[in-house]
Amino acid sequence: MGKVKKKVKVIKIDLDKCNGCRACEVICSAFHASPKYSSSNPARARIRLIREPLQDVYLPVYAGEYTAAECMGRDKYVIDGKEYDECSFCRASCPSRDAFKEPDSGLPLKCDMCEDDPPQEEPLCVKWCINDALTYEEREEEVEEEAVPDEMETGLKALVDKYGLQNLMDSVARMSQKA
Amino acid sequence: MMRYAETGYNLEIDLSRGNIERVETDPKLTELHLGGLGTNAKLLWDRVPPEVEPFSPDNLLIFAAGLLCGTPAPGANRTIVSAFSPQTLFMAFSMMGGFFAPELKHAGYDQVIIRGKSPSLVYLWIHNDKVEIRDASHLHGKGAIETAELIRRELKEPHAQVAAIGLAGENRVYMASIEHGRSSASRLGIGAVMGDKGLKAIAVRGTKDINIARPDQFMELCNEVMRYIPLRDGNPIPGVMPILAGLGSPKEMLIHDEKWHTENFMWGNARTRIKDYWTKDVEEKWKETQESVRTRLISCYNCPMKCGAIISVPGISTYMMKCFSKLTYTMAAYSDLDFGFRIAQRATEYGVDGFSTPQVMAFALELYEAGILTDQDFAGMPSDNEGKFYWLLDRIVRREGIGDVLANGVYWAARQIGKGAEAYDHNTIKKHEQLPLKLSMLNPIYFLMWATGEKINITQIEGNFPQAPFETREEREAFVKDWVHVPDEKIKEYFLNWEPRGENSFPYYPTVEATCEIVDWQETMHYIDDALGMCAGLSSFPLKPPYHIHNFPILISAATGMDIDKDALWKIAKRNRTLLRAINVRRGLRREDDRPPENHWKKRFPELETRLLDAYYKLKGFNKEGIPTKESLHELGMDYISADFAKRGIDNNGQSEEES
Repeated sequence: MGKVKKKVKVIKIDLDKCNGCRACEVICSAFHASPKYSSSNPARARIRLIREPLQDVYLPVYAGEYTAAECMGRDKYVIDGKEYDECSFCRASCPSRDAFKEPDSGLPLKCDMCEDDPPQEEPLCVKWCINDALTYEEREEEVEEEAVPDEMETGLKALVDKYGLQNLMDSVARMSQKA
Repeated sequence: MMRYAETGYNLEIDLSRGNIERVETDPKLTELHLGGLGTNAKLLWDRVPPEVEPFSPDNLLIFAAGLLCGTPAPGANRTIVSAFSPQTLFMAFSMMGGFFAPELKHAGYDQVIIRGKSPSLVYLWIHNDKVEIRDASHLHGKGAIETAELIRRELKEPHAQVAAIGLAGENRVYMASIEHGRSSASRLGIGAVMGDKGLKAIAVRGTKDINIARPDQFMELCNEVMRYIPLRDGNPIPGVMPILAGLGSPKEMLIHDEKWHTENFMWGNARTRIKDYWTKDVEEKWKETQESVRTRLISCYNCPMKCGAIISVPGISTYMMKCFSKLTYTMAAYSDLDFGFRIAQRATEYGVDGFSTPQVMAFALELYEAGILTDQDFAGMPSDNEGKFYWLLDRIVRREGIGDVLANGVYWAARQIGKGAEAYDHNTIKKHEQLPLKLSMLNPIYFLMWATGEKINITQIEGNFPQAPFETREEREAFVKDWVHVPDEKIKEYFLNWEPRGENSFPYYPTVEATCEIVDWQETMHYIDDALGMCAGLSSFPLKPPYHIHNFPILISAATGMDIDKDALWKIAKRNRTLLRAINVRRGLRREDDRPPENHWKKRFPELETRLLDAYYKLKGFNKEGIPTKESLHELGMDYISADFAKRGIDNNGQSEEES
């Protein structure tokens, strides 16, 4: 298989430029409200500012994948004399904290780079961060071409995951005999 | 019924009985007063009769989140705290930025109304629908910032926002503030009322939505504001001092150049002007001090400005500072910036007003020098200058010895001490300490603002009109070109014709009529901000701000679904301003109280000042005693005030009747 070009969306975070205002949280929650902009609520934002003013900790973190279990251990990082819990850097919606969950339903939230309808030129948290703590870049990366599975294969894979390959093969055999 | 921008609910807390109620509010009140300061004033008028003493359980302490707080409108983050002031005995409204107001809205409340007194020290924990009065006996005597940290830890809620008092509030010091991270509600002794109620802190966490009535239109305006802010801030107004040339509150944390303040404001007890203070040496030293302790420039909720800073002085706890407290201790003590940053840390933990407190201490030392206070009063005070101020601060917040007298502020302390101490009370208005300014030529605009402002604080009324005339006609013409903010083209004419010297200069220009219109505009903008919870730094305070009288009506209408235009908004602001005046009139405020300190300007013009005050009252719909008239109250839909005045024998017949 050959190499292909892929568009990668990058939000660069410069902690030194963050003034701690949480405008990123505000605009994120408003954009993802339904209907759009009909409400705001930082608790629904897919970005969260980890903020400890007295330790000068200002750290915007984006919501990533949902994870069903919490970590077994936690690491502590000391960077420039400031102590960070590992959770500070983590993008996961996980059982050990309330970040990146819908406050009513508890369902996980994930940053979609504002690709929602209508698609935005850049993520709105970046647009509203006029201090440039958040900036947006698109770059092209060469990645290994992946074989794109066809539709039937995807469907069958789901059935295999659910019932196991042997059960599936038995069922197909039974069905073909009846036919 | 769906409520927009506001939550439609208040919290009623009775600390005497430990009772908590969630009460739906009347949407009609929003139409009449918007929210914030306006609805606070209405509650105080309705529920606190003028006989109630500030330290009575019947005094209310109200925390309001402005109408737009919690919406995406940039800069809408102010908490308006109101009560009757132990210092002035009038209505106090002290405000703070930060993160408290939006959190309160997201918890589901527009106002927290506190009455009664708790038998022991408590704090309030508001977490959405769950509201608790919790024991705070372990927080006795703790610093305000320390308290916030302890509460967050004990609740295991790092996102909780906390407003707390320090030792000064607990001891009912008249200069006690309520501290909230980088912000504080400092003026008029609001922290003393909180301490009197036995309330150490309020912690709040909210995760509910705030709704917008017309989202597309609302966001279009918010985006416009976000686009305008860097454009405007990146283009400082030429010819205006750096701290006032951009947006935000004066950029005391960013800018180290303090030539203007150190050479024009008074040192000591508003006493000495040091004309050649700002030398190269001082500048270098101060710059180094500021840059070595300032860790980061920070903002309030949803605002791109950076008016505050994290301050880490080696050897003392980190704290946050905003604006002018940087200089008040320094100048009161004739000291330097390093001292200013150090003592402000202790003052912040104690929770005291950075304007009043340094002046009270400088006043005490003047009385000592004059022999009015004696060695006995100062027994144990160190002999070094800085040491004296730390010692005095410690005595005041503990109400120990002479500190017990000084804790009542300059006005009351002077009267308690007697022996001529009253003469040293030369910088208060309505019993409240003012910025240390003593100037030469009467400024008619500032005369009216100092004299009549209900906040009793100049920064809460000045703003959108330049503080001084520009030198040349060309500069003025350039300035008015994009001055879309004026409510009327006439204002541009007043500015264009305003000269630094000659016939069209102070004190007779701007004319009496023009002066009143300029003041009316600036005051109106502040009353709008204070109802919306909008920071003055993006609206009523700087020149050419993003918010103004022409886009506010659209923004408010889109947020709330009400349909108000410029005239309707102006009328609401006038209603709120008039209501505040009526509240204070009912507590005894009259024309004789509406005056700046005698020595505020060297050159005074009594006849002109009389005309200014008469004309201002007339424009505002007050009679010659400064009392809102029957006609103006009727027009504003507040006949109930006239009825109450009549019952109390307060004469509010109009000016015209008196003149005929």
